[in-house]
Amino acid sequence: MSLWIWNLIEALLIIGMAPFTATLVKRLKARLQNRRGPPLLQGYRNLAKLFIKQPVLASQASWLFRAAPYVIFAATSLAAAIMPVILVATPLTSAADIIALVALLALARFFTALGAMDVGTAFGGMGASREMTFAALTEPALLMSIFVLSMVAHSTNMTAMIDIVLNTGLGLRPSLAFALAALGLVTIAETGRIPVDNPATHLELTMVHEAMILEYSGRYLALIEWANQIKLLLFATLILNLFFPWGMAGSPDPLYMVIAAVAWFGKLLVLFVLLALFETWMAKMRIFRVPEYLGLAFLLAILGMLTHYILEVGV
Amino acid sequence: MQVTLLQQWVGVAAAMMLLVVFALLAQRHMHALLRWFALQGIVLALTSALVANVADVPELYISAILALILKGVLLPWMLWRIVINLGMHREVEPLVNVSVTLLIGAALVLFSFYVSLPIEKLSQLVTRNTIAIALACVLLSMLMMITRRKAITQVVGFLAMENALFFTATSTTYGMPLLVEIGVAFDVLIAALVFGLFFFQIRKTFDSLNLEDLEDRQ
Repeated sequence: MSLWIWNLIEALLIIGMAPFTATLVKRLKARLQNRRGPPLLQGYRNLAKLFIKQPVLASQASWLFRAAPYVIFAATSLAAAIMPVILVATPLTSAADIIALVALLALARFFTALGAMDVGTAFGGMGASREMTFAALTEPALLMSIFVLSMVAHSTNMTAMIDIVLNTGLGLRPSLAFALAALGLVTIAETGRIPVDNPATHLELTMVHEAMILEYSGRYLALIEWANQIKLLLFATLILNLFFPWGMAGSPDPLYMVIAAVAWFGKLLVLFVLLALFETWMAKMRIFRVPEYLGLAFLLAILGMLTHYILEVGV
Repeated sequence: MQVTLLQQWVGVAAAMMLLVVFALLAQRHMHALLRWFALQGIVLALTSALVANVADVPELYISAILALILKGVLLPWMLWRIVINLGMHREVEPLVNVSVTLLIGAALVLFSFYVSLPIEKLSQLVTRNTIAIALACVLLSMLMMITRRKAITQVVGFLAMENALFFTATSTTYGMPLLVEIGVAFDVLIAALVFGLFFFQIRKTFDSLNLEDLEDRQ
């Protein structure tokens, strides 16, 4: 029973911290570019402002347009609840494996695209078509890179995957390095960061995610933006906990939990500094180059799988 | 069988070889291509040195040094000079789109893994699991030769294939006899010189290094 409570706390931690971490990335990026950046609580202020404002709906908007933000937020939050953040073995993780997590994110994406196309504006349709084109390439790459780790652990259950990294001497596994590189590339594409999409503006013709949510306002927009921030934190946690799980709590002892939470936040900080550096260093690429970029991620994942078979299984 | 840390490093080096060959395949710019080619020579030398250490075959150190000097420095430098002299700064023009080439490459890795499974079962060497990767590197370099239009990229593909063969020899039999290796190394050096002459001749006669133009004149 207490495990369920811990699970709830973990989920609320991710959902509650998401606006903070998103602002943190923004601020780190601003600092690198000699700007001051927003104060760290700006994420919460923006959400509060949007929740108070009255939403404006297009006259043709159907129930789907209004329901989509709730579905997106619910699916992303549930995905966050599945993810083991601090504790290795949470009850929901044993109920749903990593394929379910990817499926929940796909559901959120599907409803974002539906909501975008519902009103029938040109931007919404354009953004949705781009998003789905990229999704057809990111999802196989994402699953493939995760499967490399599941093949090492012989399970798609995240607890088992984390356990095997934590408890066995992994040694040098080139397959995991390939998988990590692929997952990193996919994360940047999935969370709409700079070489693929620009999260800071909705004034570009090459925008993808912002084009889809252009028609939303008020609490609907707040829910979608919040879900997007959760997604960023979720992917960061996915990378950290699957590949660098050291410090995670094995048992729900409050002391271990605190240590694990601090370790998680420290790792998160390092990852976000890297992300900010990467975003400052890269220029946004042409939209027609994105499939090539995602093809590279897919190739790396495949290579990870093959090197796992070639170098690590036979020995 | 317990796998030692150094043996795992051999695996990592083999994976790096594979990655570099894929990088060569994916490269669009001539200068970047040559930089990756130089890196391939360095990784090759590193792999040979690692195998020499793991398998306790001191001759391999000599071939590692040979590879480092010849394939990591000298050959890339010669090609670099040719590229500068020919004034080729433009993008590499592949016959097949890069993403498709990379997917064909992934299929080739799978194929070579399948083909080399029985060989791996027979072998007793510590490097036996890198045989599949070595074979894949050979096939991928060949793919690079096939899918490029310009003479110079085909030559880079040819030299990459030679590197891959060297790697194959290291992983299947701990390298060829030193005499053969030195002979091959100098053959490749001479071949690169001859290629350089050929490039200038081809360009003088046909005004381009595009090999399709050669066919048109028939």
